[in-house]
Amino acid sequence: MSVQGEVMTATREPRRRRPFLSRWPGSGAAMTVASIVGGILIWQLLSLRLPPLFLPSPRDTVLGAIELWQDGTLQMAILASSGRILVGWGLGLVVGVPIGILMGHFRWIRTLLDPYIEFFRFIPPIALVTLAVIWLGPGEMSKVALIFYTTVFLVTLNTLAGVRAVPELRLRAAASLGAGAVRTLWTVIVPSTVPYMVTGARLALGNSFLTIVSAEIVSAEDGLGALIWLARNYSRTEWVFVGIIVLGWLGYAFDRLLKYASMRLFARYGVNG
Amino acid sequence: MTKYEGIRLDGVGVTLGGTEVVANVDLDIAPGEFVCLLGPSGCGKSTLLNVIAGFVPATGGVFVGGHEVKGPGVERGVVFQSAEALFPWLTVRQNVEYGPKIRGASRSECAEISERYLRLVGLFHASDKLPSELSGGMRQRVQIARVLANEPSVILMDEPFGALDAQTREVLQREVDRIWRATGATIVFVTHDISEAILLADRVVTMSVGPRARIKTVAKVDLEHPRDLMDPRALALHRMLRDDIGSEVNKSLRAQGLLTEEAA
Repeated sequence: MSVQGEVMTATREPRRRRPFLSRWPGSGAAMTVASIVGGILIWQLLSLRLPPLFLPSPRDTVLGAIELWQDGTLQMAILASSGRILVGWGLGLVVGVPIGILMGHFRWIRTLLDPYIEFFRFIPPIALVTLAVIWLGPGEMSKVALIFYTTVFLVTLNTLAGVRAVPELRLRAAASLGAGAVRTLWTVIVPSTVPYMVTGARLALGNSFLTIVSAEIVSAEDGLGALIWLARNYSRTEWVFVGIIVLGWLGYAFDRLLKYASMRLFARYGVNG
Repeated sequence: MTKYEGIRLDGVGVTLGGTEVVANVDLDIAPGEFVCLLGPSGCGKSTLLNVIAGFVPATGGVFVGGHEVKGPGVERGVVFQSAEALFPWLTVRQNVEYGPKIRGASRSECAEISERYLRLVGLFHASDKLPSELSGGMRQRVQIARVLANEPSVILMDEPFGALDAQTREVLQREVDRIWRATGATIVFVTHDISEAILLADRVVTMSVGPRARIKTVAKVDLEHPRDLMDPRALALHRMLRDDIGSEVNKSLRAQGLLTEEAA
């Protein structure tokens, strides 16, 4: 024990004086809590001076949330939006990953698809909401399709970049160990690309939240986007706040969950948060 | 036991991006011989190794065991300088079994092969570790075991210890010497380290600085293994090789305008 203590002291760097106020006293968690409490405080102070239709107070918002929860609207909205996101995003992954790998690996496929990728990457999903409703109707299909569109591009482009970044050395090693083209693709290129796929999936999940709100605002009876939009009809600004805050939490929770899961599942492929 | 083959280079030339980097190289390597390609960076020694490995196309003929080289192949195992060549998502054992699995070895054969070669490089205890959990020296041992497990006819090593610290390098040089004597492998070993070449090689081949790099001298190292670098004969050889390479380095520096006549 004492030996360990000695080693610790020996290797510790000399303490340097930090410039004044470069570090606030207190731990990181305390700072986070302080930041959130401070934000709510400012919100509360502002709401005292403004009419509730313009800025509802934190208390109004909590009451609005309880109201929406008790009649089941909030749960339904969360479930509806989450369901659309998960289905569209999942399908986007299933399609985007193979396309990205094929585009990265075969030059002719890359050349063939490149014009479309280069064109559509500048067209945000929101621009396609109208078309989606015209073509796929106001039901679930149009929303899922928009999330799918959002996801496919990000996942394809990231996977493609991953394939292009596989170290030449690793491919050479596989070739001299006897791996043919198909085996190299499957046992070297795909595993090497996993961190890029995860990055693409996380970006796509974030963007899916942007897409879902605009899609649901245009055409939906349920979902968080619809909740935010319909609140206007009842002059209930606090419901708008409830919808926005829940969106933020939901997105954060999804991202954390995905990050944690991919770190657990793919740590050995180099996924580290 | 594997049958190790000889290598023959017949008027080999390499052109990369319009520049002829290696020109007209002839070299005969006997089965079981240990040859070091020695020279400063940019002399084309790694390029020549990549030609034998089949990674880089060349003019002229490259033959291993009488068969012409037309691309990478299992009969030529390659140990790379960077451990990036290992598959980081596979354990040490899985890395070593990668080759045997491809050639259709059964599960028990694979286990037997990986155990044999991991024991040979002293890493059997780390079989289930990932490469990221190993030191630089241990990773290079894994690369060596992975190549041996594939039972190639020749082993090509591209500055395998170039990125290691001096102490680890020395240990691994002794290991390679021991493994070479235990297996009788044909080894082509690229290095810029004169001591390393003298410690290991039957013959040291120095190359002139490119473009149009060619073989400059071939020195036979007639010392018994394990070798002592302080042996007067080793020292004399060291001096000769140093002068030989030094003149090439100076020539290259002068060509780049980095060395004036009086300094030389």
